[in-house]
Formats: sequence, C-alpha cells, structure tokens
Amino acid sequence: MTPEKIALGLLLGFAAGILAGLFGVGGGILFVPTLVGLGLGQLDAEATSLLAILPTVAAGTWRQRHYGNVRWRSSLVLGLASIAGVEAGVRIATSLPEDVLRRLFAILLLGVALQLAWRARRPTAYASGR
Amino acid sequence: MRLVGIGLVAGLFSALFGVGGGIVIVPLLLLAARCPPHVAAATSLAAIGITALAGATRYGFEGHLHIGHALLVGIPAAAGAVVGATLAQRIDARRLTLGFAALLACLAVWLLV
Repeated sequence: MTPEKIALGLLLGFAAGILAGLFGVGGGILFVPTLVGLGLGQLDAEATSLLAILPTVAAGTWRQRHYGNVRWRSSLVLGLASIAGVEAGVRIATSLPEDVLRRLFAILLLGVALQLAWRARRPTAYASGR
Repeated sequence: MRLVGIGLVAGLFSALFGVGGGIVIVPLLLLAARCPPHVAAATSLAAIGITALAGATRYGFEGHLHIGHALLVGIPAAAGAVVGATLAQRIDARRLTLGFAALLACLAVWLLV
C-alpha cells in the first residue's frame, strides 16, 4: 500500500466510525464501500469488513456493559446460532459472480437509507439504543 | 428457540453482505422477543462480535481476508465510533439522519454504476 492509500484508509475508517456511532448503524455498511474504494473486490471487501468491525464492536460492547444493557445469555445463543447462518452466507457469497454480489449490497444500502429516512420522519420510532 | 432462528438469519445476512447483522437482529429482537430498544441494540452488538469473528475466520480459510486493510480501517473506526456515540448524546442526530441516508443512497449508486 502506498502512503496515500494508508492515509486515506485511516481517514475513511475514522469517518466511518464517527457516522456509525452517531447514527447507530454498524460499521460494516460503511466499511464495505470504504474497502472497495481502497481497491478491494466486492467479496474481499465484505470478508475484510467482518474483521474490521471487531474493534468497533468490542468498544461498543464495553460501553454498553457499563450500562447493564447486554443480555449475555441471549447474545451467546444468537452468536452461536449465527455460525450456521455464516456458513450458508459464505457459500452463497463465494458462489455468486462479484457484480451480482455488488448489486445486492447496493440494494441493501438503499434499503438502510430508506429505513433511516423513515426513522427520521417518525420521532417515536425506535432509537439507535445507546 | 426464537433466538436461534434470529441468529441463523443474522449469520446468513452478515456473511453474505460483510456487515454485522444488527440491521436484522435489532428489529427482530424488538418484534419477536419484545426486548426494550436499548437492550436489543446492546445484546445485538455482543452477538455480532461472535458472528463477525466466525465470518472473518471462515473467509480467511478461503483466502479472501486482507488483515492489513482490516486493521487500517477498523482501528481508527473504533476510535471514531466512540467520538460519534458521544456526539450523538449532545446533538440532535435525527436532524442529520436524512443527510446520512442520502450519503448511503449515493454510495449505493456509486456501487451500481
């Protein structure tokens, strides 16, 4: 990686983190386009995004733990059950052509944008919950 | 059993799109498990730790993981998220949400073309 690319990665990562914290969305939805911008293909960006999420998730969980909001048993059941879903997701993602995967991701982005816009219009809709 | 079902769906979604899966888990916890919103968000976050780790490991076996890129983006992002969450308590983020939604829509268009 060139120094310019490293600086860009640091800057975009920091900005994505601020937006994720501010609007209560996970980092992944922003990391994938960021990593594509840094030159990764769609599949590699998605794979790498999952690892890039972990520091943010750890910091967020640490904060929430102090507020007593985490139901640990439920988290554990959810997390362990998700591993089977992950296996299926990886198989589907690796079997799809990358441009199809990219389009599906773009549709997901649009869906989240609509959900956020809907949430912004209704003050009583569920908050991001921090 | 509901939690197992939610976890399965969230894992599939997470690995397919490279996201944590909170956009699936939080609404399902609210609707199906009748959690209060702040508990749903926090519980989802802890679960995502396991999901994302499983996904990253699994993709690592397939040779799709770029560890340097993940650290480059992921570590400043964790610092940014702390800043963002603190900012959210001081300003009315809801007024900015439409702008953020527009940004996501632009990113979607960029990926589509």
